[in-house]
Amino acid sequence: TSEFHNLQELRHSASLETKVFIQRDYTEGTVCRFQTKFPSELDNRIERTLLEETVKTLNSYYVEAEKIGGQSYLEGCLACATAYIIFLCMETRYEKVLRKISGYIQEQNEKIYAPRGLLLTDPIERGMRVLEISIFEDQGSGTSSPSSSSMSSTGSAR
Amino acid sequence: MSAVMITRKVRKWEKLPGKNTFCCDGRVMMARQKGVFYLTLFLIVGTCALFFAFECPYLAVHLSPAIPVFAVLLFLFVIAMLLRTSFSDPGVLPRALPEEAMFIEMEIEAANGNVPTGQRAPPRIRNVQINNQIVKLKYCYTCKIFRPPRASHCSICDNCVDRFDHHCPWVGNCVGKRNYRYFYLFTLSLSMLTIYIFTFDIVHMVMREFLLFLIRRDTQFTVLEVLVCFFTLWSVVGLTGFHTYLISLNQTTNEDIKGSWSGKNRVQNPYSHKNIIKNCCEVLCGPTYPSVLSVVIAASAPFQNVVLRLQKTTAPLIPNEHTPDDAKPSIAASAEKSPSPREEHPPAPKVPPLASPETDVEDKTH
Repeated sequence: TSEFHNLQELRHSASLETKVFIQRDYTEGTVCRFQTKFPSELDNRIERTLLEETVKTLNSYYVEAEKIGGQSYLEGCLACATAYIIFLCMETRYEKVLRKISGYIQEQNEKIYAPRGLLLTDPIERGMRVLEISIFEDQGSGTSSPSSSSMSSTGSAR
Repeated sequence: MSAVMITRKVRKWEKLPGKNTFCCDGRVMMARQKGVFYLTLFLIVGTCALFFAFECPYLAVHLSPAIPVFAVLLFLFVIAMLLRTSFSDPGVLPRALPEEAMFIEMEIEAANGNVPTGQRAPPRIRNVQINNQIVKLKYCYTCKIFRPPRASHCSICDNCVDRFDHHCPWVGNCVGKRNYRYFYLFTLSLSMLTIYIFTFDIVHMVMREFLLFLIRRDTQFTVLEVLVCFFTLWSVVGLTGFHTYLISLNQTTNEDIKGSWSGKNRVQNPYSHKNIIKNCCEVLCGPTYPSVLSVVIAASAPFQNVVLRLQKTTAPLIPNEHTPDDAKPSIAASAEKSPSPREEHPPAPKVPPLASPETDVEDKTH
């Protein structure tokens, strides 16, 4: 599809300026949750509300995946009764939600982030530790970023 | 320079630093030292084999055929749990990639300010408030991350493991978030199996003439089984009891040993629901977490075009390896280049997993 092609073109033709990492929010315990704090590097690249919305939706997906309730008990007990062999053929609820998340991130990238020269990386590819946002050179504004991907370009932002 | 068509997907575990061994196309993951695991397997299989060979024929005829049937089911369950515990990813946290590591370093430096030369930098700790308790997150110098709460670095496997319980040489793997319930069910079912075999050995010895038992050659195996079970009982039943206690409090062995939540001056366990049933349900019936190591990452762009460069990925043991995505020329200049022998291998055919290790449904996430 042409949109998908655009994402790949972004990755290969545009040069990566820097990456921002949205960290995990541990205030609710060990459940998977990302901070909704807006990174300053993205100030002039994307509206706050859009990013907040993305992170909040992701967080709600993770809550759904890790919910401990009737369905997870049923899944657990059934699996235990079959000595967990059932997991060889059945997809767990968590995996189903992860697929949804992957689709959601792809969709968000295509619609919102790629047109702004940004790219979200699915947290699972980073060990569920961070939500990585790659910032590509803004070709529209004409500002050229210093050579390749040296992180020193963000040093002054702090 | 040759034109190479790369469409093979490189699994993350192939490039994982750390002292783990993998087989069956990444479905099986264990620690390096497996000797004690083989001993465990030998003891269980050996004792059960003796039981089925020498006790069951007599007991099935003189007592009930249900006895060996139940023993077989229990034995299979024990082996399934053992293999699940041993072969699963315990919840290893992959190391930070260079950009992430640098990002964290810069944050730390910004927070610390200027440290005069000669003075030691302050310890890298982040404070987080969980359930109204302050929990300190430590920085791991090997993995270059701030460890999530309850994670710990296993020096034997050289990995940070989420909800790290302990490294168990008997199962040849770490016990962490993903395989703790299998470990617990293993110790529980093994206790039951040991008690079962022990009981029926005694019953067998009583039903036949007890005194003659010790001198008859064909009953010496029964005595052997009784001895193995007797010594196993004390350790395994004790361990099961200990872990039942830990589960009811929602604590890990690691936290218990360190005394993280004990003592008046210390923080109370913020993860406990203060309710035994809830704690047990969370630990044993909680969600089955996916392994982040199994996520497949494309070794090259998913185009159908021929890639006109020699794709080089680094050898598996170099830490903080770039994902091949990031090794593209337009991105980080620090991409290391050295040939990897794995590139020549064709993708492994999809074979149903042998034992109960990683599900291969992670592939379906894409």
